[in-house]
Amino acid sequence: MKILVVDDEADVRTLFEQRFRREIRSGLFSFSFAYSGEEALDYLHAHASEVVLILSDINMPGMSGLELLRQIKQEYAAPPPPPSPQVMMITAYGDTESREQALQLGAFDFLTKPVDFAALKDKLLTLASHEN
Amino acid sequence: MDLNADVLLSVVLALFVVRGLRRFLDLPTRLPRLNQLLGWLWLPGLVLFIGARAIHWKSDQLDELYMLLVMLAVTTVLFLLRSYRPARTLLLGLGPFLVLSAVELLLSGTRLLQEYDEGFDTAKGFSFIWMFTSFFIARSQKKHLEKERIEREEEEKARRLMAAQKVELERLVAERTAILTQQAEELREALTELKTTQAQLIQAEKMASLGELTAGIAHEIQNPLNFVTNFSDVSAELVTELEEEQQNPDRDPALEAELLGDLKQNLLKINHHGQRAASIVRGMLEHSRASTGERQSTDLNTLADEYLRLAYHGLRAKDKTFNATLVTHLEPGLPPIEVVSQDVGRVLLNLFTNAFYAVQKRKELGQPGYTPTVTVTTRQLPDGDVEVRVHDNGTGIPPAVVEKIFQPFFTTKPTGEGTGLGLSLSYDIITKGHGGTLVVETQEGHGTEFIVTLPH
Repeated sequence: MKILVVDDEADVRTLFEQRFRREIRSGLFSFSFAYSGEEALDYLHAHASEVVLILSDINMPGMSGLELLRQIKQEYAAPPPPPSPQVMMITAYGDTESREQALQLGAFDFLTKPVDFAALKDKLLTLASHEN
Repeated sequence: MDLNADVLLSVVLALFVVRGLRRFLDLPTRLPRLNQLLGWLWLPGLVLFIGARAIHWKSDQLDELYMLLVMLAVTTVLFLLRSYRPARTLLLGLGPFLVLSAVELLLSGTRLLQEYDEGFDTAKGFSFIWMFTSFFIARSQKKHLEKERIEREEEEKARRLMAAQKVELERLVAERTAILTQQAEELREALTELKTTQAQLIQAEKMASLGELTAGIAHEIQNPLNFVTNFSDVSAELVTELEEEQQNPDRDPALEAELLGDLKQNLLKINHHGQRAASIVRGMLEHSRASTGERQSTDLNTLADEYLRLAYHGLRAKDKTFNATLVTHLEPGLPPIEVVSQDVGRVLLNLFTNAFYAVQKRKELGQPGYTPTVTVTTRQLPDGDVEVRVHDNGTGIPPAVVEKIFQPFFTTKPTGEGTGLGLSLSYDIITKGHGGTLVVETQEGHGTEFIVTLPH
């Protein structure tokens, strides 16, 4: 399962790669990283239909996570393939307003920082099992 | 004719003399008792007349005797008043006549008088002239003295008037002084109040900007904390894995080395993000604390980057729809400079907040293809000074307003949103506090750039 992580913090990559090293080694998950909303969109355009799940930060300079979510949902609104990737938001702002806005825009889930990786892993594994 | 009748004439004459004397010398006030006695001067004349008639004594000297008495009375009066100049003059004038009369009286009936009768008459004539001249002199002296007296009185009156005016003036001066003193006191109080209010406003401004920071700080701390918790967590997993690997009879040295490498890297990352969080908290504390005014060696690149992020996230936290592109052109190897970092930090925060406000305002105009961008550029000038440019592509500042932006309490923000002290305080911090410059370049509708120059 291919997952795109969007965050302006570079260390996110190291963190994910270590957290999911077993799953990466076993080939269960494959991660790609983008450091801004714009970069994420470029990546999606270049790797259409590969990415199944997007984990995105909300607060990023330039295009915000919510803006990215809105654009993705807009682009993949039409039913014909490719199917829309699921977007999960991760943010330091755990307020209900952001959460509601994200869910209203079509976010699959909403997580707050610091990220509980055990919980995240469970969710991803569930998703992966559904995928198969 | 009745010889004694002469004495009656003398009495009348004496009455005239007394009256003249009283008037001329103002006897009722000068010699009140003698004046009363003089009132009875006619009595001896009458007594002499009646007495002489009763004993049928006739003498032409009766009259002279009475006149001598009158003269004596007059002389006494004049003598008593000799300190008064006209009286003295009269006394002098009367002297020869008096002496002559006395001599004549003494020599009356003797041969000598008859022999020198003519000489006596001439002498008497001269003494009369002398007497009258003296009288006129005395009169003019009296007039003169009177005039002087009147002048003196007038002077006195004028002096009194002036004294009265002086008192009035002094009263007025005292009154005005009291009013002025009171006003000065009121002004002083007003000034003290103003100073207190100013201090409170500055503190309020500080707190307001801290409020802007809080949300940014919360976000900025969550990010490093996220790494600290997760990297330490994952490190524990790595250690477990390493232990399992060591228990394994078929050990994989490559995997062990990789795990150890990761562990080391993670510890460094934990440390790094811990420091980052600490630095943010320190920054917040420094910002809220009253400035110590102490200069420390400061890296403006770090300061600018830190406050740019804080300002951005602070605004983001308040307005979720807000977004902007942050561009940093931080010159590598910028030399650290001696500044009061929390003060300069406040200036930068203020400039960033203003920049974000400006791009947000322009974004609200809904121009197509507009990307809100805030750029911070640092560089060292050829003369060693360090320059920080904060540029935004926001609404810009109208020419009419640009002159006023550094004035205290000037704000274009709606009431309650800005204190109007931000740029004014920033200007003071940079120019007065650090001897630097803060200038603005702006184009309405296109953007604004604030240029901070700090001497090295």
